[in-house]
Amino acid sequence: MATAPVRIQPKNRVLAWIEERLPILSFLSTHTSEYYAPKNFNLWYYFGSLAMLVLVNQIVTGIFLTMFYKPGADTAFASVEYIMRDVDWGWLIRYMHEVGASMFFIVVYLHMFRGLMYGSYKKPRELIWILGMLIFLALMAEAFMGYVLPWGNMSFWGAKVIISLFGAVPWIGDALVQWIMGDYNPADATLNRFFSLHVIALPLVLLLLVVLHLAALHEVGSNNPDGVEIKKGPKGSRFGADKPADGIPFHPYYTVKDLFGVGFFLVICAFIIFFQPTLGGWFLEHDNFIPANSLVTPAEIKPVWYFTPFYAMLRMIPAKLPGVIIMFVGIAALFLVPWLDRGHVKSVRYRGLGYKIGLGLFAASFVMLGAVGAGLTSEYIPAWFGPTADVTTIENAFGRFWLIVYFACFVGLWAYTYFGWEKTKPVPERVTTHD
Amino acid sequence: MANEVVDPGRRRFLTATTSVVGAVGVACAAVPFIKSWEPSARAKAAGAPVMADIGKIELGQLVKFKWRGMPVFVVNRSPQQIATLPSLDGRLKDPNSDNTDQQPAYAKNEVRSIKPEWLVVVGICTHLGCVPEYFGEVKAEPFDPNWKGGFFCPCHKSRYDMAGRVFDGVPAPANLQVPPYHFVTDTLVQIGVNPQGAA
Repeated sequence: MATAPVRIQPKNRVLAWIEERLPILSFLSTHTSEYYAPKNFNLWYYFGSLAMLVLVNQIVTGIFLTMFYKPGADTAFASVEYIMRDVDWGWLIRYMHEVGASMFFIVVYLHMFRGLMYGSYKKPRELIWILGMLIFLALMAEAFMGYVLPWGNMSFWGAKVIISLFGAVPWIGDALVQWIMGDYNPADATLNRFFSLHVIALPLVLLLLVVLHLAALHEVGSNNPDGVEIKKGPKGSRFGADKPADGIPFHPYYTVKDLFGVGFFLVICAFIIFFQPTLGGWFLEHDNFIPANSLVTPAEIKPVWYFTPFYAMLRMIPAKLPGVIIMFVGIAALFLVPWLDRGHVKSVRYRGLGYKIGLGLFAASFVMLGAVGAGLTSEYIPAWFGPTADVTTIENAFGRFWLIVYFACFVGLWAYTYFGWEKTKPVPERVTTHD
Repeated sequence: MANEVVDPGRRRFLTATTSVVGAVGVACAAVPFIKSWEPSARAKAAGAPVMADIGKIELGQLVKFKWRGMPVFVVNRSPQQIATLPSLDGRLKDPNSDNTDQQPAYAKNEVRSIKPEWLVVVGICTHLGCVPEYFGEVKAEPFDPNWKGGFFCPCHKSRYDMAGRVFDGVPAPANLQVPPYHFVTDTLVQIGVNPQGAA
């Protein structure tokens, strides 16, 4: 609910003295106990606050890892081993950081899917979506550079492959690659600059973007599973005659709800950290337990799971520059969703069947491309089609099919809404779960 | 001295010129920071030419040498391996090595080398920079039933023949790069330096 700033007048004289000079309590109150959010948030609304929780975890554990980690091609790998073996509880701090990175992407992907499902990117929330996408980009850069730091063999070759993408830029590509690496290959210089970016530059950018994301959210107010604007609905509730009838104060109602989600989430995280910290090679690949070696490629270079859908886009195109372009377009297309979607109904609950199918296909294509990028298809094709099967051909057919589906979802969304093919249901006046 | 009347044109001019001067200053100040990312003097020195002793490389054998942190493949090609090359032209992207970025002029020939038996290429896939693996034998491989010997990249399945020429229908866009090199003696190759007289 848009923020009409409240003024707190503390009775305590010290607090009152501060408040007159720096209205910190008023600010906190405006954004918590006086921020009215729709009362019908469901499970999908946990993931924003969980992303913040993981961000805090990454910062705190990261600060401690930095105390023991030594950047440098000769020292990095050994210092990570040192953290794991010799530093008291070092293994726990590192695994919290490493599992946290993957959990970050899980909650962010679910958070983004929520936005698509309930139309949270639509007017007036386009900027929230854009800022969220920028957070996603910064997060991908942060995660990539973090994965390079242990200087395992997958760190090295991952860095090599990702930096080589910039070599596809016409004219300046090779010079650009050399400039990013600071050497003719990923080397000490590369590792040190990635360390600097990972521990200071990108976290600052991330924090700034999160503040802007929330500021934009609190200006226009939260969306909800019905896609109804509670600001435009009736006024008056037990919180005040001028308060939205379908809104409840974020604090204590949603702070308590989110705390419940936090408890549940942390149980899952703790299970992974204590029992499956590499999640069978999904969160931390086996090849990264071997020191970086510029002369030996791992048998299969693949990124960590959260990059695999985009990596598959790159792999499915049989030429370098077009492959790189398709991959970046695959990310950039998400930025355009608020303008591709010309429909006026926000929530999937009241949208046409085509939108529901499209949303399902989009999610399926993302997962399937992820499976291709992670090498699951090349692993299972011989089992399903017999040992003589032409793995490359079948994999390419499968991957390209889902690649087309992925992009068809964007084009289809535009056509479906622009030409008025969508048959929407009437949107209720108020959220459906009011008393 | 005090000028009571505001002159908007003058004010706009001053704001614009101040902004331009400020922007130029920021751009100039950015140069040292951007330049600091270039390979350092130490990295450049480490990229100096290397000597490769090829005297003990057996027929059909591949030996890797390290030049600028990159693996350079030196293969002592057997007559059979050389003989397969012309038969593959139809399946290749650039059979005649027309892409001049991928080899010096003195290696633009059927065998892409100075001496037919000695193949010298940078062992880095031109797709995304992985190190291809050497499959020198002429026999059916899982990735190609009609394999005639060459290099296979495990990352994205690009294939190259025994002259480092890339096959059609794989992600890699270009043939393996031939680095500058020359024969100091019959058994000593210097990688990183062109032969005397060659451009």
